[in-house]
Amino acid sequence: MKKDVKFNISCPMPELDYDVITLGHGSGGKLTHHLLDTGVFEILDNEYLATRHDGALLNIDGPVAFSTDSFVISPLFFPGGNIGDLAVNGTVNDLAMCGAHPQFISLGFILEEGLDVRELWEIIYTIKLAAEHSGVKVVTGDTKVVEKGKGDKIFINTTGIGKLHQKGKIDPQRVMAGDKIIVSGSIANHGICIMSKREGLEFETEIKSDTRDVSGLTTALLDRFGEKIKLFRDPTRGGVATVLNEIAGQVNTGVELKEEDLPVATQVDAACEMLGLDPLYVANEGIFLAFVDGKVADEAVEILRSMEGGEEASLLGEVVENHPGKVVIQSVIGGRRVIPMLPGDQLPRIC
Amino acid sequence: MRYLAEYRDRVAVEDLLSEIEKTVTQPWNIMEICGGQTHSLVKNGILDMLPKEITMIHGPGCPVCVTPVDMVDKAIALALDKGAILCSFGDMLRVPGSEMSLLTAKAHGADIRIVYSPLEALSIARQNPECQVVFFAVGFETTAPPNALSVVLAKKQGVSNYSLLVSHVLVPPAMEVILSDEENRIDGFLAAGHVCTVMGYEEYYPLSEKYGIPIVVTGFEPVDLLQGILMAVKLLEESKVEVENQYARVVRRKGNIHAIQTIREVFEIADRTWRGIGKIPMSGYELRLAYQEYDASKKFELISGKNKECESCIAGQVLKGLKKPVECPEFGKACTPENPLGAPMVSSEGACAAYYQYAGDSELI
Repeated sequence: MKKDVKFNISCPMPELDYDVITLGHGSGGKLTHHLLDTGVFEILDNEYLATRHDGALLNIDGPVAFSTDSFVISPLFFPGGNIGDLAVNGTVNDLAMCGAHPQFISLGFILEEGLDVRELWEIIYTIKLAAEHSGVKVVTGDTKVVEKGKGDKIFINTTGIGKLHQKGKIDPQRVMAGDKIIVSGSIANHGICIMSKREGLEFETEIKSDTRDVSGLTTALLDRFGEKIKLFRDPTRGGVATVLNEIAGQVNTGVELKEEDLPVATQVDAACEMLGLDPLYVANEGIFLAFVDGKVADEAVEILRSMEGGEEASLLGEVVENHPGKVVIQSVIGGRRVIPMLPGDQLPRIC
Repeated sequence: MRYLAEYRDRVAVEDLLSEIEKTVTQPWNIMEICGGQTHSLVKNGILDMLPKEITMIHGPGCPVCVTPVDMVDKAIALALDKGAILCSFGDMLRVPGSEMSLLTAKAHGADIRIVYSPLEALSIARQNPECQVVFFAVGFETTAPPNALSVVLAKKQGVSNYSLLVSHVLVPPAMEVILSDEENRIDGFLAAGHVCTVMGYEEYYPLSEKYGIPIVVTGFEPVDLLQGILMAVKLLEESKVEVENQYARVVRRKGNIHAIQTIREVFEIADRTWRGIGKIPMSGYELRLAYQEYDASKKFELISGKNKECESCIAGQVLKGLKKPVECPEFGKACTPENPLGAPMVSSEGACAAYYQYAGDSELI
């Protein structure tokens, strides 16, 4: 049965003779050209792609950040987004975490034979919209097709380049005791959204992925506080706990959290309770952690809260001298425990 | 979150703690039976907060921990050699078998799927009539009713490619083994709230009487646990041997009659081997004769494997409450959640994993 793809976009859908991707679309021959011309190039149209060259010629002054990422999510479409905006936002956010202003990205598609072409178009349209929203340009790319069974519909690899913020000095080694840790939104939304879709779990209100570009928020903090912002990190796979452990280990300081300060939406919290998962380890796609000079933390939270996508920003914890390398949380009832790094994925409990 | 936040209330916790402190006059060893209770005690930092007179001893109630290595090997053989779709709850996947875990078998190409309910496994069987689908029916009395129900439904719906690999164990026989051990030093029990939700708590009266030990049916949230501990301490201080029910908002004396009927329809009590403890007579369930065709161990020719246990693992002593995880020389060294030597380091309900994850080092215990 074909997926009912819904467009809320005004652009007309490109015409292609096939309704599924075939191996021929990756052959480099006519089918490939047709796919690129009528699909990819037409949708993502810009002056860089218009050259139809093997690569893009860019002109960037000064230091840049450079990052790569791959997206292999299942399901491709989920409440709050699809693999397309996930790829753009993920790449943009990686650059933002470096203190950079994202400018250019590349797209590499690995398509599985049999992919519904309409799904591909919807993904590419979403990429176009996400890129426009973030002010980045897709300047180069590649498309390959693998045999059915050798992929999972579509994999996307991206690379991004962005210019570093002039006032920024993002460096984990500058994190020290007394710094505060800010989280830009509620945690665990993306992971629980995907898991509930994948497992067919239904809740009273739909849990949406938080996928979004956070570069506007990071830029605002750097504009206002410059070097007082020590570090940005996006808690994607492994969640907030994993990032905090990485930093505590890297800088050899302790991190203290309070369970009551953890921003978790009620539905997400309920889902985590039910599945026996700890929201601290669940993946996020549209929030970041900022390690900032303790003196500017409250104002930084205020700035984030006044901006779109930062409304739920809050103080998460602080960097301390005690228990170096360890993340310790105070439970809601006042007890203390270590938040370790997990060996692998969280596995749902038996009972 | 409603119905949870009330039982995680800081003021209520402080009140209970101070009442426990006022009540206790001498050292007591209290065993919480269930791994879920161990998990909550450690996760909430309660072990730290209790008066020094009270020592919590962690019981054998972790289904993952007590499932014998032979059953893990059989589950792997079903998926890897017999080509069955093996459905399991998530935390069985990392448990070390003789040679590998289910997770490693999955990486070797076995079709192993994490499900949240045996009914999901049954629906996988309906969708894949050409495949044999086996559900790894692990757990205490708590998971027995849905597992039994899946077999009843399979029979009713004529689904013949579905079966259970049964490794069900029961709480009271394990308590009896612990209590009859010469080294046993337990003064009181917190019985497992969820097990009693299904079974009720009448079966605990004879145990309490025979061994002269108070038993308090207890829930899992901080307020539940502290209230259960307070009730146990009161009974101990007053030298009363009684069975009490802290978890009265869920647990009835006779349990859930429908659930018990479903269990009895499908399962009968049989001898079971417990990992780390050994064979305990009449301590588990197996499928009744009327449901033999749904018994994977009879449907497939499963030969016992190497049954290889790690020699230095002291899981058995930990499960019987004779030793704390940190007393094991391998704890946190050769044995970690990434490389578990024994099952209690695998499941989040296992005492070793709970200590390793949440305590991190002894100064925080």
